[in-house]
This record gives sequence, C-alpha cells and structure tokens, in this order.
Amino acid sequence: MTDHATLHDRIQFENVSKFYGEVLGVNKVTLSIPPGVTTLVGPNGSGKTTLMNLMTGLVQASSGTISVLGLSPGNATEFFRAVGYCTQFDSFPRGLSGWQFVFDSLMLHGMDKMDAFRLTVEALDRVQLGDSAGWPIASYSKGMRQKIRLAQSIAHHPRVLILDEPLNGLDPMARAESLALFEELGRQGMHLIISSHILDEVDRISDRVVLITGGYLIAEGNIHQVRQEVRDKPMQVLIRCDHPELLASRMFSINHCVEARLHADGQGVFLRTGDIDQFYSMLNGIAAEGVIKINAVAPADDDANAIYQYLIGSDGSAS
Amino acid sequence: MADTVGSFSRSFAQQPWALWRRQAGRLTLIEVRRNLFSWKASWIYFLAFVPTLLIFIHGLVDRHFVEGISDDTNVLAGIVQFYYVRLGIFFGCLGIFSRLIRGEMIERSLHFYLLSPVRREILLLSKFAAGSISAVLLFETAMVANIALMYGPFGAAGRDYVFHGAGLAQSEAYLVIVPLACLGYGAVFLLLSMMFKNPTPAAMLVLGWEAINPVLPSVLQKISVASYLRHLMPVSIPGEGIFALLTVETEPVSGWAAALGLLLLIAVVLTYSCYRMRRLEIRYTTE
Ligand SMILES: Nc1ncnc2c1ncn2[C@@H]1O[C@H](COP(=O)(O)OP(=O)(O)O)[C@@H](O)[C@H]1O
Ligand SMILES: [Mg+2]
Repeated sequence: MTDHATLHDRIQFENVSKFYGEVLGVNKVTLSIPPGVTTLVGPNGSGKTTLMNLMTGLVQASSGTISVLGLSPGNATEFFRAVGYCTQFDSFPRGLSGWQFVFDSLMLHGMDKMDAFRLTVEALDRVQLGDSAGWPIASYSKGMRQKIRLAQSIAHHPRVLILDEPLNGLDPMARAESLALFEELGRQGMHLIISSHILDEVDRISDRVVLITGGYLIAEGNIHQVRQEVRDKPMQVLIRCDHPELLASRMFSINHCVEARLHADGQGVFLRTGDIDQFYSMLNGIAAEGVIKINAVAPADDDANAIYQYLIGSDGSAS
Repeated sequence: MADTVGSFSRSFAQQPWALWRRQAGRLTLIEVRRNLFSWKASWIYFLAFVPTLLIFIHGLVDRHFVEGISDDTNVLAGIVQFYYVRLGIFFGCLGIFSRLIRGEMIERSLHFYLLSPVRREILLLSKFAAGSISAVLLFETAMVANIALMYGPFGAAGRDYVFHGAGLAQSEAYLVIVPLACLGYGAVFLLLSMMFKNPTPAAMLVLGWEAINPVLPSVLQKISVASYLRHLMPVSIPGEGIFALLTVETEPVSGWAAALGLLLLIAVVLTYSCYRMRRLEIRYTTE
C-alpha cells in the first residue's frame, strides 16, 4: 500500500501534545488507526476526551499534526460529512424535541427536507428510540438522551464515528443493544473510536485497543498484544516489613524481580517485577512461612497499577 | 444512484456558495426561532417599547396644537439620540448578541454546531445575521410606532409633516440610524462575548467610552458606534447642562461617509470575530 492510500484510510497522530495552560492533556502521542473498532482505554483524566476533541478540532494541538482520513477539521464541510462525534457532554440546544434535534443537524448539511427526513427516520430507528422521538429532549431520561445523541452522530452516515464513553450511565440492557450496534457499524467498514475507562466492557467488540494514562500512550495493538505488553512491563511494588533486606534477597532469587531498592526508613523495600502474578504468589508464600512479618504491600506506580487493574484485574487471567 | 450522488456532490463542490447560503439560512432560522420567541428575551421588548408607551400616553393625555410639532420633534430626536442609541439599543443588543455564542457555551451546546459541516465563519456570520434580524425587527418596529404615535395626534398637520414636510427626512434618518445602531453594537457585543466569560464589565467600559467619545480626538472617534450615528442625526438638539457635553459639534461629516464608516467598523469587528471563531476551543469545564 502506498503512503498516500494509507493516509486516506487512517486516523493519524504525529507527535501530538496538548496543554491546557499548565495542565497536560496528552503528551507526544503518535498513532495510526486503521478502519475497524478501536477503543481508547484509560482511567478518568487520562486524556481520552482530549484525544477525541483533538481529532475533531474542538481543541487545537499545542504541537504535532493530526489527520483524519487525510482531512482536517479546518475544512469543516468535507470533514464533518465524513466524521460523526458523540461527545461526553450531556446537553442539548434548548427547546428541541429529539426528532427536531436530529433533523436540524441534518439540515445543516445542506440537504433537502426529504433526505433529512429519511435519514432522521433511519437514525431514530437504529437507536430504537421509538415514539419518544417526538417528545421534548428536556423530558428524556439519561438513557434516552444518550440514544438521541448517538442517533444525531450517526444520522449522516459518517465514515468515522467517535464515541466518548458511550456506555456510561446505561443499564445492562441498553449496553448490550449499544454494543451490538457498534459491532455492526464496525463490520460495515467504518472507523469506530470508542473510549471507556473499563476495558472489560468493550474488549469483546474491539479490533484494537489503545491504552492511555496520564496523557501518555502506554500500549497499542490487538487486545492480546496489549495485555501481554502490560504484563511484560516491569511494575514497582513497595513492601513494608520488618526484614526488608532478607525479603529483597529472597524475592530476588526469582527471575522476574529485576530491581530492588531499600526504603529510606529501613522499614520497607521497593521491588520491581516483570511478572506481577508470580510475584504476588511468591510473596504470599514468604508471608505464610512467618519468618518475615509483612505489614503492607502497595503498588508504587499508580498508573501502571491502574492499568493492570483494567487489564488483568478482576478475573486475574490474561486474555 | 451512486452516479447521481457523485454528480450531486461534485456540483456542490464547485459551488460552495449555494451550500453556504442554505446552511446560513438554516442556522439563521434556528437562531431567530429561539431569540424572538423566548420569555427570557422579554426584557428586551420592554427596552424597545418603553418610549413608545410614554409617547402613547403623551398622545392620550396632552392636548396637541400645530405649534407643538417642533417641540415634539425635539423630544423624538432626544429619545433616539439619548435613549435608543445610548441605552435601549445598547443594552438590547448586549442581551441579544452576547448570548449567541456565549449563551451556547454556558448551555454546553456550542459543540453541536462546531461538529456540523458548516464553516465556522458561516456559523458566526449566521448567528450575527440572526441577532441582527431580531434586533432590527424589534427596534425598527418600535421606531415606526414612535413616529406614528408622536405625530398621529396632530391629525392632518402631523400627517403632512411626516409625509410631505421636514418630518419625512427625519423619519428616514431614524429608520436608518436604528438598524445601523443594532448592527454596530451587535458586532461589538458578539466579539466581546467571545473574548470574555462575562461580557458585561467590558460592555460598561464601552458605554463609558461611547459617552466620552465626542470629546476625544477625531482618530479615536472612528472606533465608536455612537459617534458615526451622531453625524446621521437629522435634528440637533439644543444642548443644556450635562447634555451640552454630549452634543459637542465636531467636524461635519456627510451622512453617507458616516454610514460607510460605521459599516467599515462593523466589517473589521466581524473579521476579527471570524478569526477568533476559527481558533475557538470547546472547554466548557473551565469557561
Ligand atoms: N478544559 C480543560 N482545562 C484544563 N484542563 C483540562 C481541560 N480538559 C481536560 N483537562 C485535563 O486534561 C487531562 C485529560 O483530561 P481528559 O482528556 O478529559 O481525560 P479523560 O477523558 O480520559 O477523562 C486531565 O488532567 C484534565 O484535568
Ligand atoms: Mg473523558
């Protein structure tokens, strides 16, 4: 494939940084996203919304370049025909019914009333809003508002659909419906970018996962690659105990322990490990012996721990 | 089918103007629908029609002799010059125009427009157009009513004054001054509302600036809405007391030059607003 062809079916970030004044939004992100379902996963405040806003020109990059299928949001007419973005903001222009909201936004494309009418019906049908489309949005429940916003963002048949935490606040039933819709849209060859702070809820439909924390991209690839990548990343753990040197030497005999450092107060040791699962089971074994009294165990890098929780967390088994 | 879609989009690509007109029309419609028919805006109706009400009462209560026409002409001139231009239209436009963009930021709905396939310049100018339509419709209606109610009670003499006498040129001038004032203040407040989270303090500075403007050097008078309008006023009111300060006569400028000057000022303000609009970021949390 030529570079040119690649550019036109990809979303590209090149060394993109965004600062909100002094506050870091995202830092030096380089990404190239092919068609399919891509999920942006990271804890709150990690920069997911910032990445999405950067893609669509709602905020401007402090440095670096972004292109979506070779288009830039500066050229709004072409760009927003190709892109739909369902933001995190749960707010609407005042005084509209669900129907009017979708219809109005289609009319802004410059299409005639018949086309806008047809596409409105189709979009409302897709999100299964039913009769409530004619009601004022002000009377909607959270789930209905989510649906009408989704309908508005897909109504014009975008090639790229960006959804910021689309499952947030939905009941399990609505979640399942939404996931099925996303999966279908992804199958139709659309670029689908979905953000979530819970990997487990989107991993089934994702072709690709981008992990981000603290504004830094930490892993990217298919779900198995990413899980592996995070497992291989050495993690630091602080263990409070009464014989830190002894513990360090015991733990160091395990291959996975790559670094040890005594705490300044002599009452603990920082250990870095490449395999956290085995590390914890070894530690449990040592604790059970009763020779070393272990008072506390805490991850020393919060970010890595948070990601670890997302990925392996609940069920403890990779993939 | 694909072919018709293809040729459709090609023809649109060649004629962005047709698309822009449609988009602008739609946006303006959406905005006017909201601006003109909302209870929140009722205080602006009040601003526009307070003098109308007073003139109406004056017409009912006071007796009208032909000799009174010149007095009432001065009163009307005063109402336009000191009330409408400096207060009524000023605050009315502050209300109408500063909510066009800022209001949507506060309500967190601006992003829907920024995510639609509409150039931001078109968006801004459409909003300006919508605000202008609302303001002009309102204040021009009030002005027409003011003229009718002021001269109506004089009967045939009043009709003669307005349609065949000196009143004709005066009325025409007022009906030009009012929309120009709406556009001028509208452009200024639209810009201020994009620059400041709360544009009111800045508007107060503008109010002060407009008030002292007549005594400033003529270079500085070029950046004031009221100073252009002053040259268009058909009746110069004999100044008394504090008003003497406000009616300082400066170099005479022809009506056309003054109107063109003001339109130029509006164009400059709108151009800069478009530039800001292109760089505008959605940051509702910190706004
Ligand atoms: N408008 C803003 N002003 C200042 N800081 C912001 C703004 N928006 C986001 N941030 C900061 O940028 C970082 C990333 O935020 P965000 O992209 O919203 O993360 P996420 O969507 O993953 O929760 C956070 O530290 C947040 O505080
Ligand atoms: Mg977010």
